Amino acid sequence: MKKLINVPESVLAESLDGFAAAHSDLVTLGEERKFVRRARLTPGKVALVSGGGSGHEPLHAGFVGHGMLDAACPGQVFTSPTPDQMMAAAEAVDGGAGILFIVKNYEGDVMNFDMAREMETGRTTEAVLVDDDVAVEVSTFSNGRRGVAGTVVVEKIVGAAAERGDDLAACRALGERVNKATRSMGVALTSCTVPAAGKPTFQLADDEIEIGVGIHGEPGRRRAKHSNADTLAQDMVTAILDDLAGSGSAPGSALLLVNGFGGTPLMELYVMYHAARAQMEARGVTVVRSLVGNYVTSLDMAGCSLTVTALDTEMAALWDATVHTPALRWGI
Amino acid sequence: MPVDETKRRALLDAIVETISAHAEELTEIDAAQGDGDHGLNMKRGFTAVMSKREAIVAKPLPEAMQEVGRTLVMTVGGASGVIFGTAFMAAGKALPEDPTRADAAAAMDAAVAAVRARGKADFGHKTMLDVLGPVAKALRDPAADIAAAALAAAEATAGMQAIRGRASFLAERSVGGMDAGARSAALIIVAICSAMGDRA
Repeated sequence: MKKLINVPESVLAESLDGFAAAHSDLVTLGEERKFVRRARLTPGKVALVSGGGSGHEPLHAGFVGHGMLDAACPGQVFTSPTPDQMMAAAEAVDGGAGILFIVKNYEGDVMNFDMAREMETGRTTEAVLVDDDVAVEVSTFSNGRRGVAGTVVVEKIVGAAAERGDDLAACRALGERVNKATRSMGVALTSCTVPAAGKPTFQLADDEIEIGVGIHGEPGRRRAKHSNADTLAQDMVTAILDDLAGSGSAPGSALLLVNGFGGTPLMELYVMYHAARAQMEARGVTVVRSLVGNYVTSLDMAGCSLTVTALDTEMAALWDATVHTPALRWGI
Repeated sequence: MPVDETKRRALLDAIVETISAHAEELTEIDAAQGDGDHGLNMKRGFTAVMSKREAIVAKPLPEAMQEVGRTLVMTVGGASGVIFGTAFMAAGKALPEDPTRADAAAAMDAAVAAVRARGKADFGHKTMLDVLGPVAKALRDPAADIAAAALAAAEATAGMQAIRGRASFLAERSVGGMDAGARSAALIIVAICSAMGDRA
C-alpha cells in the first residue's frame, strides 16, 4: 500500500481537519469531529443532514453549504456514522423547520439513521432513502438497491428547494421524486485499498472489470473481460434507461452525471461522457444538464458510474439554482 | 446471588480480551465476505467500552449490559455497531441481577427479537442471528454445552448464502466462508460462558 497518509488510525481526523481549514469560509467542524456544518445557517429553513462512511469524498461533507446540505456526518472509512453524530448534527443545524435526513440505502446507514430518529425527541425529522443503483436486482431476498452517486442529485435538487423555503413535507416528497427519477450503474477497473486494511479489497486480473460495482468495491452484476469505453457506456446506459422505462420514468430530457471513483483521470471520464451521451441520444433522450468529475468516490478505485435523472422543468430549475459548497458551486 | 462487581469486571474483561485477541481473524473473515473491517470496528467499540470500564462494572448487571450496548452503538458505526449494541441493550433489559439459566435464555430471546426487528433479518440469512438462535435453544437444554453450540453455529454460517449484510451482494459467491458477525457473537458467548463458569 502506497498512500499519502501518516498512519491509518489518523487518516480520517487529519483529512477532516484539513478539509475544515481549507474551506473555513463555508464550513465548520463540529465538536469531536462528529459532523461538518455550514459556517452560516439560515433560520426558518428545513435543515438537510446527510452522512455516511468516509472514503467517498467529496460526498458528503463537500456538499455542505448554501443550496445543498446543512450538515454531514462522516463515519469511519466505509463505515456508517453513529446515531450520536446524527443527533449532534441535527441539534447544531435545526432552524426550526425540521430536519430532513438524506440516507443512502446501505444497511449500516439505514439502521444508524433509524436509531437516531428514534432517539430524537422534540425535533421533527423526516428521511429520504436514496436507492439508485440498478446493478442490484430487486428481490424480496435482498436489501434492495444501494444508494450511490444519485445521492448528489438528490442533495442538490432538494437543497435548492429547502433554500427557496419549501417545508419539510415538500422537501421529502421532492427527494423521493428525484430518487424515483434517478438511476446509476458503476464499473470498476481496479479495487480500492482501505487504509486500515492495507491491501486491495478485491482482486481483478489486468484484463478484468467488475460491472455493477458498489461504492465500496462490493460486487455487482458480473465480472467481465474489459472491452472499451463505447461498449461499457452502451451496457450501462442500456441498463439504466431500460430500468427507468420499466418503471414508467422514461426520460425525454435528462441529467447525465459521469462520476469518477477516485482512480480514473478526468480525460477518461470525458470519454465515457461522450460515449454515454451518444448512446442516450440514440435512444431519443436529450441530455440537458451534465456533471463530470469525482463526486462519489471509492477511495482509489479506478472506474466510474453513470447516473441519469429524468428531469422535469422544476427539477431542472432547482438543479440550476445557486450552490456554494466546497465541491459544487455555480450561480454565485 | 446477584452477579457482583468482581464477576461483572471478569465478564467484561473476558469479552474485550477475546475480541481483541481475534481482531485480525475477524477482519480476515470479513475481507472474504464484506469489506474487511469487522475486527477493527469491534475493537474500536470495545476499546471505548474499556475506557469506561469501572463506571460500567459499578452498575448492576442489567444496567451494565445496556451501557455496553449503548457504547457500541455510539462508537462502532456501520451495521455491526447497531446490531451488537442492540443485542446487548435488549439482553440487559431482559436480565435480572441474579440470572438463572432460564433467565439467560429469555434474555437471548429478547436479543434475537430486537436484532431481527432492527436488522430486518431472519435465521438463515448468514448473520449473528444464526448464532444467537441456537444459543437460546442450547440455554433451554440443561445438558447442552453453550459455548460449543455457539462455535458450531458460527461455523455453520459458512454453508449459508448471505441474504443480509454486505456479503449479500456476493450472492452465491458468499457461500463457503463464515459470517464475521456470527463468529464475533460466538466468541462473545464463549467468553461469557467461561467467565460465568460456575453459574452455567
